[in-house]
Amino acid sequence: MITITVNGQPRQVDVPDDMPLLWVLRDELNMTGTKFGCGIAQCGACTVHVDGAPTRACQTPVGTLGPDARITTIEGVATAEGPAGKAAQAVQAAWRKLDVVQCGYCQSGQIMSAVALLTDNQNPSDADIDAAMDGNVCRCATYIRIRAAIKDAAQTMRA
Amino acid sequence: MLHHLIRQAAENGFQNTTALPELAFRAAPSRRSFLKAAGIGGGALVLGAHVPLPALAAGPAPAGIVGPADPRPQLFVIVAPDNTVTVLAKHLDKGQGIVTGLATIVAEELDADWAQVRGAFAPADSKLYGNHFFGIQGTGGSTAVANSWDELRMAGAAARAMLVATAAARWTVPAGEVTVAKGVVSHARSGRGFTFGELATDAAKLPVPQSVALKDPKDYVLIGRPDLHRLDHVSKTDGTAIFAMDIRRPGQVTAVLARSPRFGGTVKSVDDAAARAIPGVLEVLTLPVGVAVLAKNTWTAIKGREALKITWDDSKAETRGTERMLADYRKLADTAGAVAASKGDADKAFAEAATVVEAEFTFPYLAHAPMEPLNAVVALNPEGGCTIWAGSQFQGVEQMVVAHILGCKPEQVKIETQWAGGSFGRRATTTADYIAEAAIVAKAYGKAPVHLVWTREDDIQGGRYRPLFLHRIKAAVDKAGTLVAWRQRIVGQSFMAGTPFEKVMVKDGVDATMVEGASDMAYAVPNLAVDAHSPASPVTTLWWRSVGHTHTAYAKEVMIDRLAKAAGKDPLAFRLEMLKDHPRLAGVLKLAAEKAGWGQPLAKGRGRGVAVHESFNSFVAHVAEVTVDDKGHVKVDRVVVAIDCGRVINPDIVKAQMEGGTGWGIGHALRGEITMTDGIVDQSNFDSFLPMRMSDMPAVEVHIVPSQERPTGAGEPGVPTSAPAVANAVFSVTGQPLQSLPFSRAGLV
Repeated sequence: MITITVNGQPRQVDVPDDMPLLWVLRDELNMTGTKFGCGIAQCGACTVHVDGAPTRACQTPVGTLGPDARITTIEGVATAEGPAGKAAQAVQAAWRKLDVVQCGYCQSGQIMSAVALLTDNQNPSDADIDAAMDGNVCRCATYIRIRAAIKDAAQTMRA
Repeated sequence: MLHHLIRQAAENGFQNTTALPELAFRAAPSRRSFLKAAGIGGGALVLGAHVPLPALAAGPAPAGIVGPADPRPQLFVIVAPDNTVTVLAKHLDKGQGIVTGLATIVAEELDADWAQVRGAFAPADSKLYGNHFFGIQGTGGSTAVANSWDELRMAGAAARAMLVATAAARWTVPAGEVTVAKGVVSHARSGRGFTFGELATDAAKLPVPQSVALKDPKDYVLIGRPDLHRLDHVSKTDGTAIFAMDIRRPGQVTAVLARSPRFGGTVKSVDDAAARAIPGVLEVLTLPVGVAVLAKNTWTAIKGREALKITWDDSKAETRGTERMLADYRKLADTAGAVAASKGDADKAFAEAATVVEAEFTFPYLAHAPMEPLNAVVALNPEGGCTIWAGSQFQGVEQMVVAHILGCKPEQVKIETQWAGGSFGRRATTTADYIAEAAIVAKAYGKAPVHLVWTREDDIQGGRYRPLFLHRIKAAVDKAGTLVAWRQRIVGQSFMAGTPFEKVMVKDGVDATMVEGASDMAYAVPNLAVDAHSPASPVTTLWWRSVGHTHTAYAKEVMIDRLAKAAGKDPLAFRLEMLKDHPRLAGVLKLAAEKAGWGQPLAKGRGRGVAVHESFNSFVAHVAEVTVDDKGHVKVDRVVVAIDCGRVINPDIVKAQMEGGTGWGIGHALRGEITMTDGIVDQSNFDSFLPMRMSDMPAVEVHIVPSQERPTGAGEPGVPTSAPAVANAVFSVTGQPLQSLPFSRAGLV
């Protein structure tokens, strides 16, 4: 049995150490908001936060985490305590205001990356946005609206 | 053209194939059975309307009375006692926003409040929910709004009339005194009102009206409004939207398939001992579609597949690489192909022309790579048949194919359509490929619902690509700089060949989907000759967002800029001269040029390019601005798009489709290619099939032509002109035409 802490809750799973966190979340804990897109950390659809840092769950063996690592997923990020929760609320509101989504499959990961960016930097430049978001692929190419929504959320957070 | 051909194919083609059972519309199930299946309780007003097909022919939008409304239970709208209005979408939403668009049409005629409107996917049933252009249920060819425009307005208007009649009866006032606005039915004189929910139960007991009055478009309050939000914008931002990948049925197991690394290869022998030894691997099945590993979770299934030792039989497989295939295509291009268009005497015109320009274009294989890897859940039903959970795009085809696999009737194949994580054409297959695989595995396993999952590697290496194409064009201008002749030869695989659609889609050796946009070129030219070769290969191919226009528009528009240069004319003026008979194309061209500041000077190293094209009955022009740096690297800075797609239902969704279509077109032109070495695909994931990313995306401005014409489509038409506009912008700076895609081949990115 491995114990991990997801969205503040300790969870026990009976899986091999090398099973990626992505599949633990999706197949063992039935938390399907975190998406499988590529399996090799090239698309960002599986992005979660581990101790606040954006992390590709598909390349994070669950055995490397330990019970004290704070894992936050799309299901819990808006109610997380502290600045990440506030950033998540601003990001989700901006995403909805600008109707960013199309197919929506990548958007959990996009939002998790954007929240991590805005938690640290509430006035990101275009270059900052490129650097933080280039690892998140959107095949619908909603990039223009993602950029605009990040700026909108940043403005909300600064106000 | 595509729409009508697909429809004919669906009606005729399936009947003449041994691969599929006969296409037969079944009798409509009773309304009661549908309601039960849909989990909708009693007391709801459920309504549909059927529009006779002739009403869908092109023409001005009918206003006023349209009828009679057919009372057959084609179900589109549910007004429930809880005051919600649920619009059932017969089309798949794969990001294009069609659930929102269809709901807008119903809500407009119903005078619903947008806040009470919900969207849901209709069950699979070609009889009730067939695409009028196809004859079976399916989504594609940017047809969804055009196809639904009449029937959904009528459904909304009929529901409204039933609510009005119910309120009028309760108040014992004339129906003419009852008004409806924002989801409230009112009687102004007495100051009374009901919500829809308060009327729903009684309204459901009324007969469907025989004719309904449709709104005058000037009274629209929802259609055309720029600030209506998508119905899926909350669930897709908090992780609650359910895609097929997220379906978890009781007892469900996960399967992955080992498929031949070479197209056309088959299993010779399998050593599955190591796979079976992995804890959690439940079964290994060798099937005609490959070797299936079934496990209790996805990770274990993938590990099990890695442990298989398979010997493949490549005796019938494609063993050429793409360079060799292109060389073969070049040889073929030296010979005449099947004639797709022939007008005037091109040879004579070339002999007399002032300037002749020749060019060869090459286009790579391209994967669709939707963000949600392909997957489907299939549960066999004890009474026969099955239930499928999938981002289902061709429900009508899938029901027939799976019925054939299971030996049941198509109506015993239930499909629970889910939000699809992208498609770009990939989910609309003529063979229902990945859903058929899931059904084959579920049937062979037999013990539990099976979730068949493709990994990204399966997707990138799994074929159904936009075909590899080679075009040769020879064109000429006279002394006045007027286009006088155009000869074009197109070489590439037909993805209709060998499918039930072949009989209708391939005429006289020409697959209509590979010459569209070329054989019907809009530019005025007195001498036109277009022909095509369709060499066969085991490499599987498929339509890819905007189909033939992905390559025909590119070749045409890049060639036009070369001809404009040869004629000494401005590329915009040259095009407008040749579009005098095409006011809507000229309209978008002028609009894009004006908004982009065409003709205004640009800094050194910067350039502007234009392209215009009609596809799927919509008209789009792009103007792109690029910077070419000292090293010859290209950055796309800004793109201006103009679209005329008739009356616009949701302007912001059209805008989003133009942004996305532009990104799709340019992203693949920059770096997208699937290549093969000795028949093995060189790319395997997003580290080698390189997608457009945030830092590649230019600013995109979208301008929509106001129009009273019938609505057409927006999902695909934003693609064709995006890449050639960029190529022409680069050409304006460097003088080098970009004729071999992607641009990365020439070191531009």
